[in-house]
Amino acid sequence: MLGSVAAGGASALLAWLPLGLLCLVTLGYLGAAGRQQRHGNGWSGWRCALFVLGSLLLAVAVAPPVMAWAHHDLSGHMAQHLLIGMLAPLAWALAAPVTLTLRSLPTAAARRLVGVLRSLPLRIVSHPIAALLLNVGGMALLYFTPLYAASRHSGLLHGWVHLHFLAAGYLFCWSILAGPDASPHRLGLRFRLGVLFVSMAAHALLGKLMYGYLWPRGAGHSAAEIQAAAQLMYYGGDLAELLLAVALMALTSAARRESLLTFPPLR
Amino acid sequence: MTSPRPAPAAAKDSRRSLWLAAMAGAGVMAAVDEIVFHQLLQWHHFFDRATPTVGILSDGLLHAAELLAIALGAFLLIEQAQRRRLVARWAWAGAFLGMGGFQLFDGIVSHKLLGIHQIRYGVDLLAYDLSWNLSALALLLVGLALYRRARRLERG
Repeated sequence: MLGSVAAGGASALLAWLPLGLLCLVTLGYLGAAGRQQRHGNGWSGWRCALFVLGSLLLAVAVAPPVMAWAHHDLSGHMAQHLLIGMLAPLAWALAAPVTLTLRSLPTAAARRLVGVLRSLPLRIVSHPIAALLLNVGGMALLYFTPLYAASRHSGLLHGWVHLHFLAAGYLFCWSILAGPDASPHRLGLRFRLGVLFVSMAAHALLGKLMYGYLWPRGAGHSAAEIQAAAQLMYYGGDLAELLLAVALMALTSAARRESLLTFPPLR
Repeated sequence: MTSPRPAPAAAKDSRRSLWLAAMAGAGVMAAVDEIVFHQLLQWHHFFDRATPTVGILSDGLLHAAELLAIALGAFLLIEQAQRRRLVARWAWAGAFLGMGGFQLFDGIVSHKLLGIHQIRYGVDLLAYDLSWNLSALALLLVGLALYRRARRLERG
């Protein structure tokens, strides 16, 4: 009896853990931004707002009521996936957290971080194609194998799936935007647009396959529930990837204007 | 600083205006199709069981292309306009050609050749197919007329 109460208390605590971590990370970002501001280096208010927005989207996704919705309804899981894997990472990537971290750390630590950023494993996963494979491959593995059913019964696996979505989504947004945080790759706009195009098509394809062939199977979801979730994935994915395309074009044209200002045209 | 009569457009700007507007036009037509026929009327099925795999794959590619066409087309058109290099008569011609071109492609290739879905279910399709493709032809004809007018004005 006592044991089950203690276990209940521990799992309730575990449910609030992600929210606590999010608060810490967000306060850390805002604190560092404030320090930049005080030291006269300046840090854009827009970036702070975008970071807070990303944190809020994540907070909604991991809030206990949404977690409960996601546990019994596949549409809830899909809404969570959209927030954690696509919308929040875009907002966070636009907030340039790596640049802020590099500016805030002492020189020696910043050097070490740059070393990590330039290391081979990070160069590999931050390439658009690798990030695309991590995203699409992750989704295919989750929805077209028994992994999804298994993740419903294991808290650890469930948490891991969400972390994977967040990390893969962030890497994808960062690798496509290649800014405002400097990317270790110098890839042209056309190439990155091409990868984004493939990602959009893959999302649409996976959504239709789930809708038509009723995946994920073996998790006790009705056909109507799976079809509603697959349509949410299809149209929600559209929205998120459209936003990513708009962000990419906005960053590109801002960079173009800036370079025109710095280097006046020869003619 | 705008002069009442703009200088004759450079050929490069005309071509760019035409193509960018065609791209945006095709994307917009695809979005209209999606919103009106899938969402509002619910005539189209999101997916019908008869769809062959190659149909689903090409539908995904087409869908991605239309989304990017809207986003890129709109963005680049705005940029072109900001640099005062948008040639409106060519852009209108492009927009209609793009809309009609997509509609015809959708009516012939998506609905008939690939069989991704039909316009409506449980009805005689002939009238629907005819009006779909004729409306596409009408858009294309408007686009063609605008194209010829733009070329005439360019020469004259």
